[in-house]
Amino acid sequence: MTLASLKYQQIKAVNIDHRSYLSAEEISEIEHETTLLEYREAAGIEALKIVQKNRGWISDDSLYAIADLLQMPVSQLEGVATFYNLIYRQPVGTYVIHLCDSISCYLTGFESIADYLQQELGIGFGQTSADGLFTLLTNACLGGCDKAPVMMIGENHYQSLTTDSIKAILAELKAKANGSKEGEQ
Amino acid sequence: MPSYDPNAMPLTALINLDKPLDYQGYVDAGGYQGARKAILEMQPSDVLDLVKDSGLKGRGGAGFPTGMKWSFVPMFADDDEHKPDNKYLVCNADEMEPGTFKDRYLLEGVPHQLVEAMIIAAYTINANKAYIFLRGEYFLCAKRLQAAIDQAYENGWLGSKIQGSNYHLDLYLHTSAGRYICGEETALINALEGKRANPRAKPPFPQVSGLFGKPTIVNNVETLSNLPHILKHGADWFKALSPDSDPGTKIYGASGRVKHTGLWEMPMGMTVREVLYGKAGGLQDGLKLRGFLPGGASTDFLTEQHLDVPMDYDNISKVGSRLGTAGIIVLDDQNCPVGMILNLLKFFAQESCGYCTPCRDGTPWVVEILTRIENGQGTIDDIDTLNKLCDFMWLGKTHCALAPGAVEPLRSGLKYFQDDFIQHIEQGCCPLKKDQIGVGFKDPNPMQESPQIYKGFEHE
Repeated sequence: MTLASLKYQQIKAVNIDHRSYLSAEEISEIEHETTLLEYREAAGIEALKIVQKNRGWISDDSLYAIADLLQMPVSQLEGVATFYNLIYRQPVGTYVIHLCDSISCYLTGFESIADYLQQELGIGFGQTSADGLFTLLTNACLGGCDKAPVMMIGENHYQSLTTDSIKAILAELKAKANGSKEGEQ
Repeated sequence: MPSYDPNAMPLTALINLDKPLDYQGYVDAGGYQGARKAILEMQPSDVLDLVKDSGLKGRGGAGFPTGMKWSFVPMFADDDEHKPDNKYLVCNADEMEPGTFKDRYLLEGVPHQLVEAMIIAAYTINANKAYIFLRGEYFLCAKRLQAAIDQAYENGWLGSKIQGSNYHLDLYLHTSAGRYICGEETALINALEGKRANPRAKPPFPQVSGLFGKPTIVNNVETLSNLPHILKHGADWFKALSPDSDPGTKIYGASGRVKHTGLWEMPMGMTVREVLYGKAGGLQDGLKLRGFLPGGASTDFLTEQHLDVPMDYDNISKVGSRLGTAGIIVLDDQNCPVGMILNLLKFFAQESCGYCTPCRDGTPWVVEILTRIENGQGTIDDIDTLNKLCDFMWLGKTHCALAPGAVEPLRSGLKYFQDDFIQHIEQGCCPLKKDQIGVGFKDPNPMQESPQIYKGFEHE
């Protein structure tokens, strides 16, 4: 079979104009990042983080829009986005729990903590709870080895975890989420 | 025990984790004197000679002499037509080696120290732009570093005409998004350029062609943090900190089930015993020492017989391991060595960038075999396969040092804990989890994680 005889499937080219998709604040924040680096596409990871901060995760459309803004191939940006633990390419819950599964936490009780979290939330790792509040993920060493086991939720690191402390943390976050919902109404 | 001044802790003396010193506080405590001396009184070549003379070695794990690394950066006359428009200094703060948390301590506790250090280093290699490459998970570090950078700009330590000299430097903070391989210096450079962070082939070395194709120096946080003190007190003072070993102090750490986990700055060349028993207080009650990793996940296991080995680059290498980051991870007798090695290898398999075959395919293969052994389904042949894999993934056969780093705990584990491996195979279970047989293993969904493993013995 010659190469020419192969039938290629037509792939629809998607172009999303960043101006119609990203907010003005997002664009100006990303533009600021590009000024700190030598070329625009170097700001890719910053751009992904900025958009994710506002939208919770990186959808395909967000990816196209950022690639359009940074004038780079979307495939290259996808290569970057999928490379990192902290860029979510799927929808996640309000709180993403990153439980450290590296060696110091493993030696000091990761397994029982992991079991407890899964039980308490009713989900496995990589899943989101039915109420949309929690996504459970593992994370490579969080650098809290002296106070293991540790987990990270949002920008907070929780150290020296026990089942009791996790119970309190989850309850607090649930109350916070419910409180803000009531506030909206 | 060699005597040392317990108060000689230049790196950590000013650390305050609750409320780090602001600019004025840091200056009052003697800060920015090193940078002032370098920029106003010395030529870059003088600073380079001083750092070379001090014998400072990289604290990120490899232990390469810092001054020599810097000397590979080509220096150009102002009218040289080949002079690049820029050179870069990058601080590697992508601390992600399991069992290592020293850089976080330095960044959260005394952020101005790093800013000052970067001014000195950038001045020496004549770089006008510098980046701090910080791992994304360290939110508190990012906040404090950015505050320190802003204050340094306000007080004329960054920007143009630093302290009235002709030198100008811009310092930016870049936060990553979590990937171990970004700590490899060429992968870090790719990450900074916005590319997928696979390591690059060397040569060309970053010192000649690095970030954006320009000469670049990448140094670890702890390495850089030594500079203000070397500038301030001189090379002889630095060497006198640890007369019997590599110059300077080292921040040692201990984690695992010891009495007091933590970090301690002591002279280079303290014995493992002094850290593990002198500072960390030994193991928790009822536990015995099985072994330890002297410097993070990617170093070879050592055991009780190595407790009196001085922790410096040469002595730890002599007994078959590496100083690494000097963050000791302790294995006690109630934790399974096979389980520990499995956990380490899972980490490396997950964090492999996937660029070269030995690493991409080798690390998951090891995980598959170790999972089988830990679950009591291993065979004696598996140990041979593991030994072969140690060879397949060793230095020279891989693109970067990640896979060899994974081999180190594996090969030494096979050596020191051979009996444990054989017990797993002969008893058909993990000896420590014998009581739990029938209760079920901890892994709730083993089928989902690695279906290929279980296909084999469904028929048995």
